[in-house]
Amino acid sequence: MTSQLKPPIIEKLTPGNWAKKNLFSTWYNTLLTIISLWVIFAVSKGFILWVLTQAKWKVIEANLPLFFVGRYPRDEYWRLWLCLDIITLLSALTWTTFYPKTPLVTRSFLLRSAIGIAAIVIFPIDLISRLWLLSAMLIFTGGNWLGKMRFFRGGKLISFLWVLSFPIILWLIQGGLGLKEVSTNDWGGLMLTLFAASVSIFLSFPLGVLLALGRQSSLPIVRWFCLLYIEIIRGLPLIGILFLGQVMLQFFLPPGTPKLDRVIRAIASLSLFSAAYLAENVRGGLQSIPRGQIEAARSLGLNPPLVIILIILPQALRAVIPAIVGQFIGLFKDTSLLALFGLLELVGISKTILANPSYIGRYAEIYVFIGVIYWIFCYGMSLASRHLEKQLDIRQK
Amino acid sequence: MNNLTTNTPIIIAENVHKWYGQFHALRGVSLTINQGEIVVLMGPSGSGKSTFIRTFNALEDYQQGKITVDGIEISHDLRNIDTIRREVGMVFQQFNLFPHLSVLDNITLAPIWVRKWPKKHAEEVAMQLLERVGILEQAKKYPGQLSGGQQQRVAIARSLAMQPKMMLFDEPTSALDPEMVREVLDVMGNLAKTGITMIIVTHEVGFAKEVADRVIFMDSGLIVEEATPDQFFQNPKEERTKKFLSQIL
Repeated sequence: MTSQLKPPIIEKLTPGNWAKKNLFSTWYNTLLTIISLWVIFAVSKGFILWVLTQAKWKVIEANLPLFFVGRYPRDEYWRLWLCLDIITLLSALTWTTFYPKTPLVTRSFLLRSAIGIAAIVIFPIDLISRLWLLSAMLIFTGGNWLGKMRFFRGGKLISFLWVLSFPIILWLIQGGLGLKEVSTNDWGGLMLTLFAASVSIFLSFPLGVLLALGRQSSLPIVRWFCLLYIEIIRGLPLIGILFLGQVMLQFFLPPGTPKLDRVIRAIASLSLFSAAYLAENVRGGLQSIPRGQIEAARSLGLNPPLVIILIILPQALRAVIPAIVGQFIGLFKDTSLLALFGLLELVGISKTILANPSYIGRYAEIYVFIGVIYWIFCYGMSLASRHLEKQLDIRQK
Repeated sequence: MNNLTTNTPIIIAENVHKWYGQFHALRGVSLTINQGEIVVLMGPSGSGKSTFIRTFNALEDYQQGKITVDGIEISHDLRNIDTIRREVGMVFQQFNLFPHLSVLDNITLAPIWVRKWPKKHAEEVAMQLLERVGILEQAKKYPGQLSGGQQQRVAIARSLAMQPKMMLFDEPTSALDPEMVREVLDVMGNLAKTGITMIIVTHEVGFAKEVADRVIFMDSGLIVEEATPDQFFQNPKEERTKKFLSQIL
């Protein structure tokens, strides 16, 4: 007589259960848990106490505008807020295309809104800024709702909007054509970091892919050029390349071209640098494609460019997303070197603030603050990459 | 055996030699295949049978001799190669489906980008083919979610979508679990009845007896014997053929 075996009862995972199972299961585990907790407490006690009592956070509060937008003229702040709104709208639309089915009001939505409103109320900023931040929050929700509409599906419209947004944002930040011009000397803080990082990331990616493809080309000149480019750039430190970019880029352009703006020179150097590393990452992906894929594609009659675009690149890039995003995260942080060239991005503006006699010695507060900002953006990129990988894996498996 | 063979040659191979470095893989192979014929190539591994059929769509090149496919001589001229490949479908031992595309997209990719069909038309044809090979309900799935037999049937549909004049099969069932071999062979048997030229490298003796017009035995880069399935399996002439058959029958 066969008896029906029931599947094993899985214990419900409450925090208490989890702690009992993972932290206190055996006597030595319990001992290790207690010791680790004590070590964590001892180490962080000093830091947390400092944060809450001794640190003089006035330096951050007083200089918030400098940290975020550098020496941008106060009267023109509305243009930057508008840029934030545009980016928030497009981000919300893009997010919704990834998760079209989730309803608008969920627990995480309420949590996020609560945190957002708490931030708006608590942060020591003036009323107008609070209103602008509120507008950004509302636009994000509006974008979520709007993104569910049919004509946004497929992502083509959204990609077009992103491409369209770049010249608009550039115009808003820089001025000209009806808006008061703001010279790049006055750009600074987080805004400059984000601008330099985004443009460099955006430019270095296609350049890196082209270099990787060129490295495998059957034409010797193309192959050698790509190989030399990659090996020379990878052999130089980024600081060296930034210096070269500032000093020598002009000589590579036809005589008579107006002197390129410092920001453009810096972004060009960052892009050229990053492209070399990206090329090697992508090359790894290209080599992981089984030959059978290429054979199947060619035997269907696809010509070599189509095989690369439709079959090889989608698979190769998917395989190296972690490496590529890691490269981008590094690039984001490498923008801190721009401080050495008079471009006062986040680290540069911090040094300027430190030079102010009222705030001498406030290193710790300032560097903890910008450290947290860097971390938020880098972790955000990491998180986005994990989501992207999960989405693509779901489709492939 | 089918009665759809014509007398028009579609593949003419004359004295083909191929070297892999020092290794002489094809030692002067000559073969003429007519439109509508079903030809099965058999032989021990390393005999050059896969290499030989891969010269028909230029996946392998050759150093001496002449191969003419559908009236076009296969040379190193690039433009020719893509044109020939549209008319020669190929099914691989490892299926080689595109994992990042759905089953439907796998099938419609080439017709859309090479034959320039509008998407709707390509999808209609694809759905018809999926029904023909018996897996219409898998259209939206990804290759990773299908069994080996289903994947190979998708591969066959993918090649058929280009409406080629001939189909090459390179050991299509060798990588399949035994219970799935039947479903793929059934599809190939049905395909044979439509009059398309098929050249199949396989070890499936039953299939050859049922469907082939001609069986060709290759060994060490040469064609040793060719005959109708009856003659080949019951009255082989050459010693090497007899030895091979004693090992597989």
